[in-house]
Amino acid sequence: MKIHEYQGKQLLKKYGVPVPIGIAATTVDEALAAIPEVQKQAGTEVVVVKAQIHAGGRGKGGGVKVAKNRADGEAAVKKIFGMQLVTPQTGPEGKKVQRLLVEQGLAIEHEYYLGILLDRATARVTVMASAEGGMDIEEVAATHPEKIFKHAVDPATGWQDWQSRVLAKQLGLAGKITGELNTFLRALTRCYEDMDCSMLEINPLVTTKDGRVLALDAKINFDDNAMYRHPELESWRDPNEEDASEQEAKKWDLSYISLDGNIGCMVNGAGLAMSTMDIINYYGGKPANFLDVGGGATAEKVTAAFKIITKDPEVKAIFVNIFGGIMKCDVIAQGVITAVKEVGLKVPLVVRLEGTNVELGKKMLADSKLNILAAADMADGAQKVVKAAKEAK
Amino acid sequence: MSVLVGFNTRLVVQGMSGSAGAFHAKQMVEYGTRVVAGVTPGKGGAKVAGLEQVPMFDTVIEAVEKAGANTTVIYVPPPFAADSILEAAAAGIEVIICITEGIPARDMVKVKYVLDRDYPMTVLVGPNCPGVITPGQCKVGIMPGYIHKPGGVGVVSRSGTLTYEVVGQLTALGLGQSTAVGIGGDPVKGTDFIDALMWFAEDPGTSSIFMIGEIGGDSEERAAAFIKENVKKPVAAFIGGQTAPPGKRMGHAGAIISGGKGGAADKIAALQEANIAVAPTPAEMGKTLAKLLS
Repeated sequence: MKIHEYQGKQLLKKYGVPVPIGIAATTVDEALAAIPEVQKQAGTEVVVVKAQIHAGGRGKGGGVKVAKNRADGEAAVKKIFGMQLVTPQTGPEGKKVQRLLVEQGLAIEHEYYLGILLDRATARVTVMASAEGGMDIEEVAATHPEKIFKHAVDPATGWQDWQSRVLAKQLGLAGKITGELNTFLRALTRCYEDMDCSMLEINPLVTTKDGRVLALDAKINFDDNAMYRHPELESWRDPNEEDASEQEAKKWDLSYISLDGNIGCMVNGAGLAMSTMDIINYYGGKPANFLDVGGGATAEKVTAAFKIITKDPEVKAIFVNIFGGIMKCDVIAQGVITAVKEVGLKVPLVVRLEGTNVELGKKMLADSKLNILAAADMADGAQKVVKAAKEAK
Repeated sequence: MSVLVGFNTRLVVQGMSGSAGAFHAKQMVEYGTRVVAGVTPGKGGAKVAGLEQVPMFDTVIEAVEKAGANTTVIYVPPPFAADSILEAAAAGIEVIICITEGIPARDMVKVKYVLDRDYPMTVLVGPNCPGVITPGQCKVGIMPGYIHKPGGVGVVSRSGTLTYEVVGQLTALGLGQSTAVGIGGDPVKGTDFIDALMWFAEDPGTSSIFMIGEIGGDSEERAAAFIKENVKKPVAAFIGGQTAPPGKRMGHAGAIISGGKGGAADKIAALQEANIAVAPTPAEMGKTLAKLLS
């Protein structure tokens, strides 16, 4: 799960991570009112108006403006709010800005990159930092890997003060600011751990002329597997940032991702679901979605999944590709039959069943008298569904 | 011959009184696996319908001491699974196979840390995996047994259902399997490709290897480098997610292309560079290995 920058900063603040003074707004009026309030609290004139969308690269698209005074700030609010913000991560259609963050401007000394994530190779939460802040860190990693410093967080002891001291040296920081960095990192790593983050990126982390260390940006993702431990985060979901079908799928605990093709897919297992997309592409088709119904699905869940697929008006044919293990073929068959009875079937349906209880599943589908194209194997099914989708056009 | 599980396996099923645990325990018994105990806290002494011959205990230690269990398979729900793995390790279980899907990464970081520190000889397979099967001897997990056939192909895979897919294809081509190991799709897991490849390289019953990777992380690249240096047996492979869009997590917690890393093209290139035959589509996995062996 992803959250907005302003939500991330609220969370960081709770953990004692220094962040700029700021107020979030969901209307133009709120944002306009926030400007003098931020100026008052900060005791300075300069404010920064930042578009709140989940995609990165907002500055490049004109979604972040530094304003010298209140009038400039108001102009920036009016310009950014409601705009269709296009960044390298939004796609060409962009994303409508419906939330703003108004923040104090800071006298910045230097910008750094700081990221925390799980390093799979070592199975350790790892802090990555670079003095090349604000830049595209992926580019730094590709061209100058020696400029990125990595420190693993020990699972037993957590982040240690000495690690901050070593990192400060590596980043070229000396003196009192080392202590500020340590306070920052202790709080940040504790937040990552406590909140089951899967990624926490501060780009840039800044030092100020008055000797402070602050998070100027905050990008936080949470481990979807750990959401049961943080029910409070549900209220932070922004429905404007999530696909309607993906949200419906989430309700049913289905792993679903919308794609832009016209072949609906229902598959069990993530690897097989990805490979089903691959083979549809291989035979010249385009999948409309990735859908893994998972292992322990009930017939009701399969029905829900089938309904989500059929609701997509782009879908011209459906491919059900099941190799049952923990998932039983008869459960899939029952789910599909129920869904078709409830919502009808307007497009060709290709079904490939194999694995646990396969004979029972095939018999149920045959007895149902539904108009189903049976596939002998994965390649046969993919070819049949690609052909059906093309003929439907 | 085989790796990890075989005729000597004495299995305890953690979470056997749950619906998935009970269903698959029955399937394993039918396959011929020696299921010697079940464990569910608070259900010691109880009977599970259809598994009346298998004694239930409250703790894994009892399953080891009273029933001689040496291997466990875990079906307990995600919030309790990390605890179950560590309980098994502390009880002296040598091979822990965790099927549970959806364990928080934070829990697995701790589990792996404790296993490495205190139980370096214990093997963990999974979590979020289909299990391990040595055809004709022992099935531990959730895979459909009937698709397998004893033989010489060692199979190692990050994906459950793709493992069935390749096994089904191999069996149809008359190529039996020595052991199929599902290592699972989570970012933090026990056994990785390199562990399984090492076992297969040393196993006299394994004459060739099929490896199934997917997008995300770099364990396929590391496996390719390992194979190039250490594995003399023929290896074929497939990478799932060749057409997956970057930045989207494809079901498995580990399957995501992020920061320009973990894409299929790099993995395929690394495998080919190590002289591994890569199947162009998931429908041609079996054929690709068969061609390599002919």
